[in-house]
Amino acid sequence: MSTLALLARNRLALAGLIVMGLVVLLALVTPLLPLPDPDVTDTGNRFLPPFSEGALLGTDHLGRDQLSRLLWGTRLSLAVGFAAATIAAVLGAAVGIIAGYYGGRVDNLIMRGVDMLMAFPYILLALAIVAALGPGLLNALIAVAAVNIPFFARNIRGITVGIANREFIDAARLAGMNDARIILSEVLPNVIPVIVIAMSTTVGWMILETAGLSFLGLGSQPPQADLGSMLGEARAALITSPHTSVVPGAMILIIVMAINLLGDGVRDALDPRLRSGALTRPMAATLVRREDPAPEPQGDDVLSLCDLQTQFHVKHRVYRAVGGVSLGVKPGECLGIIGESGSGKSVTALSVMGLVASPPGVITGGAVHYKGEDLVGAPYGRLRDLRGREVAYIFQDPLATLHPLYKVGDQLVEAIRVHHALSDSEARARALGLLRDVRIPNAESRLDSFPHELSGGMRQRVGIAMALANDPEVIIADEPTTALDVTVQAQILSLLDTLRREKGLAIVFITHDFGVVAQLCDRVAVMYAGRIVEEGPTRALLEAPAHPYTRRLIACVPELGEGKRRLHAIPGLPPAVNDLPSGCAFAPRCDKAQPACRQGEIALDAYGPRRLRCLYPETELEGTA
Amino acid sequence: MSLALRLENLSKSFAVGKRLFGAPKGHVHAVHPVTLDVPEGETLGIVGESGCGKSTLARMLVGLLAPSGGHIEIEGQPLDNADPAQFGKRIQYVFQDPISSLNPRKTIRQIMEAPLKRLHGMARAARDKRISEIFAQVNLREEFLERYPHEFSGGQAQRIGIARALAAEARILILDEPVSALDVSVQAQVLNLLADLKARLGLTYLFISHDLAVVEAVSDRVAVLYFGSVVEVGRAEDVFSAPRHPYTKLLADSAPVVGRALSPPESRETELPDPLNPPKGCAFRARCPNAGPRCAEEVPQLEGETGQVACFHPLR
Amino acid sequence: MGRYILKRLVSAVPVLLGITVIVFAIMAMIPGDPATAILGSYATPENVEKLNRDLGLDKPAVQRYFIWLWNMVQGDFGRSFSLNRPVLEEVLDRFGATLVLAGTSFVLCSVIGVAAGVVSAARQYGLADKAITFAVLLGISIPSFFLGMMMILIFAVQLRWFPASGMWPIYGDRTLPVLVTHLTMPALALAVVATGVVARLSRSAMLEVLRQDYIRTARAKGVPERGVIWRHALRAAMVSILPVLGIQAGFVLSGAVYIEMVFQWPGVGRMLVDAILKRDILLVQGGVVLVAACYVMFNIVVDVAQSLLDPRIKT
Ligand SMILES: Nc1ncnc2c1ncn2[C@@H]1O[C@H](COP(=O)(O)OP(=O)(O)OP(=O)(O)O)[C@@H](O)[C@H]1O
Ligand code: SF4
Ligand code: SF4
Ligand SMILES: [Mg+2]
Repeated sequence: MSTLALLARNRLALAGLIVMGLVVLLALVTPLLPLPDPDVTDTGNRFLPPFSEGALLGTDHLGRDQLSRLLWGTRLSLAVGFAAATIAAVLGAAVGIIAGYYGGRVDNLIMRGVDMLMAFPYILLALAIVAALGPGLLNALIAVAAVNIPFFARNIRGITVGIANREFIDAARLAGMNDARIILSEVLPNVIPVIVIAMSTTVGWMILETAGLSFLGLGSQPPQADLGSMLGEARAALITSPHTSVVPGAMILIIVMAINLLGDGVRDALDPRLRSGALTRPMAATLVRREDPAPEPQGDDVLSLCDLQTQFHVKHRVYRAVGGVSLGVKPGECLGIIGESGSGKSVTALSVMGLVASPPGVITGGAVHYKGEDLVGAPYGRLRDLRGREVAYIFQDPLATLHPLYKVGDQLVEAIRVHHALSDSEARARALGLLRDVRIPNAESRLDSFPHELSGGMRQRVGIAMALANDPEVIIADEPTTALDVTVQAQILSLLDTLRREKGLAIVFITHDFGVVAQLCDRVAVMYAGRIVEEGPTRALLEAPAHPYTRRLIACVPELGEGKRRLHAIPGLPPAVNDLPSGCAFAPRCDKAQPACRQGEIALDAYGPRRLRCLYPETELEGTA
Repeated sequence: MSLALRLENLSKSFAVGKRLFGAPKGHVHAVHPVTLDVPEGETLGIVGESGCGKSTLARMLVGLLAPSGGHIEIEGQPLDNADPAQFGKRIQYVFQDPISSLNPRKTIRQIMEAPLKRLHGMARAARDKRISEIFAQVNLREEFLERYPHEFSGGQAQRIGIARALAAEARILILDEPVSALDVSVQAQVLNLLADLKARLGLTYLFISHDLAVVEAVSDRVAVLYFGSVVEVGRAEDVFSAPRHPYTKLLADSAPVVGRALSPPESRETELPDPLNPPKGCAFRARCPNAGPRCAEEVPQLEGETGQVACFHPLR
Repeated sequence: MGRYILKRLVSAVPVLLGITVIVFAIMAMIPGDPATAILGSYATPENVEKLNRDLGLDKPAVQRYFIWLWNMVQGDFGRSFSLNRPVLEEVLDRFGATLVLAGTSFVLCSVIGVAAGVVSAARQYGLADKAITFAVLLGISIPSFFLGMMMILIFAVQLRWFPASGMWPIYGDRTLPVLVTHLTMPALALAVVATGVVARLSRSAMLEVLRQDYIRTARAKGVPERGVIWRHALRAAMVSILPVLGIQAGFVLSGAVYIEMVFQWPGVGRMLVDAILKRDILLVQGGVVLVAACYVMFNIVVDVAQSLLDPRIKT
């Protein structure tokens, strides 16, 4: 959506835009209006109240027409505010871009200067500048602009550093561009939105500042008046004739408020994160909007999902991230879920305990049964009680998933104490035991480490310890080794395997690596476009995949020990989950596809221990469909 | 057979704890002196774990980082401290993160035109013709040219990145984890495309990855990097199936393989050495099952004829 | 920790020197002849020359700077000609009043601002959030001096709840309750803008943090929502809120200048404005340097607090 359209959709911003437009229009046409001269005094008619004859807003202490002074003053205040903002933005951005782009010593020197300027409470600097240059509106403008340059410089520098480290800057260099060209054509276009945002959110502030200096008598000098000096002059008669103060004060308020509304709108429209609605806060549990009645629990699985459906509602689009997934794990069993990025593995896993970010996530159907109890409909209190105690999670990136500011030991202690009324020392002793269980060397001293002080492998061990803290029945591990190096991955995998055998844990293990599945899991389910397409015992499934997708996915992954060769790629891309084809989602890429594949639902049929969702399987499976 | 690329004792160290004036607090040796030859038309794979200096090495080879020592020779020409534009015509780079390597505010056409204009000074018509040619080579439709990067999937964006590298008409490509950000099914597409381009245009590749299986599948020779040093170089089919360096063996044993039982290849808890205080002797010593007294004293050098290994007690 | 504090104190020295250089350089830009400005245009040339010599204005600028600096180090900030008393005495007298005002406002804006921001984020798009967002918008849009004037009009003149101006009554005891009645209106008027800014920032910092993976981890552990918000999220959000509180302290000090004018508060801000209008340069220089130095020290306190909060900062 275009920036303007976005802006117009924001009702508050639109209101700001309209008010601002009116004010600017008034300011522009002021010289054309039939107004009395704003500076002509008429001491006979001092302090006329508003709505007096010939003076709609009354007169001030020298009998000057308030309306005329107000409009001329608005004109002046706006001009000065915008000028100051523009000067500060241009100079500050230039300084910030240069410092951020060149980095190193240039950056260091410039930023120390900037820090020095920011070491003043800003008004001291402004006062010093006005003191040196003498009172006057132009000098106040210079002071306000100068004082704000460091803020812009710092802000823009931060953004520029981020951009200068992006790979497209390197690419531009390799394409033969020099620094000046890179700054102008690669960096600047990416910084401009930030400059605009910074400007639109500070113009109001600058208008306030110049008005402030005028209020103190350091800005515009009589008889010329901007809004600030009108207010300053009216102060003496505040009690006797309040209207002379209220009129200019209210005008400043209206202008600045309109600008701020508009500025927020501009920011929201230009900030890509706000654009995608990413800055919404996930709620404590995923929203549930289930139309059909919940399915009944079946079988002896400790955890079973039944036709689970989870969607993301973003603006008017609906992403069917999980489109009816049925799965189960038995006590002590390890179930693998494998699939490509975006196939819905994580969302499936997070739906179990209502941890899908919501908004935009919604569970729209199906059930999750834990020992026969439906968790999808469960109240938050019940869900919270089961989280970590009965069903625990291990996440992918252990640096991001541990709280950076709390000691590892404290995080473990907390995990224990939210579910068990233990004293701090008891919980600590238990935490120590957990660290030993996951084979962390020097466990005692590691209790007092912060996550950033540990290596990736150690952090993931802490993650595992935390999951084990309350002896859960089920552990859901979402790609716990993907962020780790192979040698560390091997250690973590074998640790998980030992633990699960020792403790009889049921594990749901999510991965995209067939090697990992083969080594760790008893059973495996293959996901594609939010659904399970095939499921079965790991050995059988890997040796004789029945679904065309499974077979070709296995074939396109190179395996160690097969030497240099050509890979069997699958053409095309997985479908977007907000635009799924009807029938088999794999049909557009499947070389066995027939017209029948594209018509209607294809069921996930059971064949003995295996299940399959395909009309023309690669191998005939035994058992009844 | 002529050499496409020749590195002689190429090394890089970064100063850490820099101050405004005066000496920095210490140095991190990201790449220890590396000597490697890459003959024309070869694919040399480079594997190693995170932080072992793969990308630093690659960035030196295209002039994005100035080496701290040693020499680079590209197609017989020494290019030690030249600027990236000079490198650009001979050697190009394909980035790990395909989306981030495209400027979000430029159309694909603008992105493709930059090397043609800046490196080869082509006129408008010539540029358009050349872009069409390249897009045909990488199986991209020309209608993509007027779009912006965010409209593309990772696999498509990586093709565009490859197309841009081809536009410079360099005959050597550095591929820095070109498929790590991609999904397996797309990864295979891109790897096959790279193989086709190489066969058709006679390119030379330096293929960097942390995925042993991928490296083995695409490379003629493989160099294994550990803690900034090359510890083993050998033919792709030998390096992992019959490793000579203990670290190579550890890597090969750690990779999860269908049909192999799960057992920790290392009994000890391992950590990489502290780069600010590198240990004396062999950097792998603390993790090495073969370590002897000499390993604690001397740094092993890369030696050997066809397959080279830097180890005092190699496995073979 | 002790070493870190020491290190920060040492690193403040060049900043303080920089401040003196900047102040001196700005003041050296004054066009014309300060002595003429002081004595007025009817002064005799002899008098002007004598004053120039007294002020040391006949020497080159660099030398003058070092003389000024050396005197300041010894505690001699010169003499204010308009008040005819030592600058240091005058500034110290006034600074207490400013500290009471600005300090109260700062505490108010930090506590109310952060709390409002957290509530607003926790109830994103709820009624509380909308109300707070609107109040914040109003707060950051209203000029504090106008707000102060309106408060006088309503609460002092109409309702007679609070005295209209001053810090102490002219006659009567100087007790805490008396101070509080005088302080309430100016402190509130001064706090409004900063509270708005702090609330706004706290809200977005909280929203940012609440999306992080470690919040999901906390929820997955079964931590109750209140713990998630106030323990996990706020702690992490404080890392970005705290520096802003440091900056806001500067804004509160700055805003104090207006509020002191409106409420006739006997602080350093009013003194500075008077000094500028009277071109009392030594008083301006001394006042600016002293207040800026205090602000630098305050920011060191903020930095130390930040390092206590965030273990990733190398101490
Ligand atoms: N917050 C969100 N807003 C909108 N869509 C989302 C959100 N989170 C996930 N999705 C969508 O849900 C689908 C499934 O995502 P999910 O994270 O479960 O995939 P995954 O299989 O775990 O992939 P990966 O291997 O990358 O972890 C994707 O198409 C994604 O676009
Ligand atoms: S149902 Fe048809 S299109 Fe789908 S995988 Fe099976 S054969 Fe292919
Ligand atoms: S040199 Fe010694 S320590 Fe290093 S790898 Fe060889 S045997 Fe191991
Ligand atoms: Mg995932």
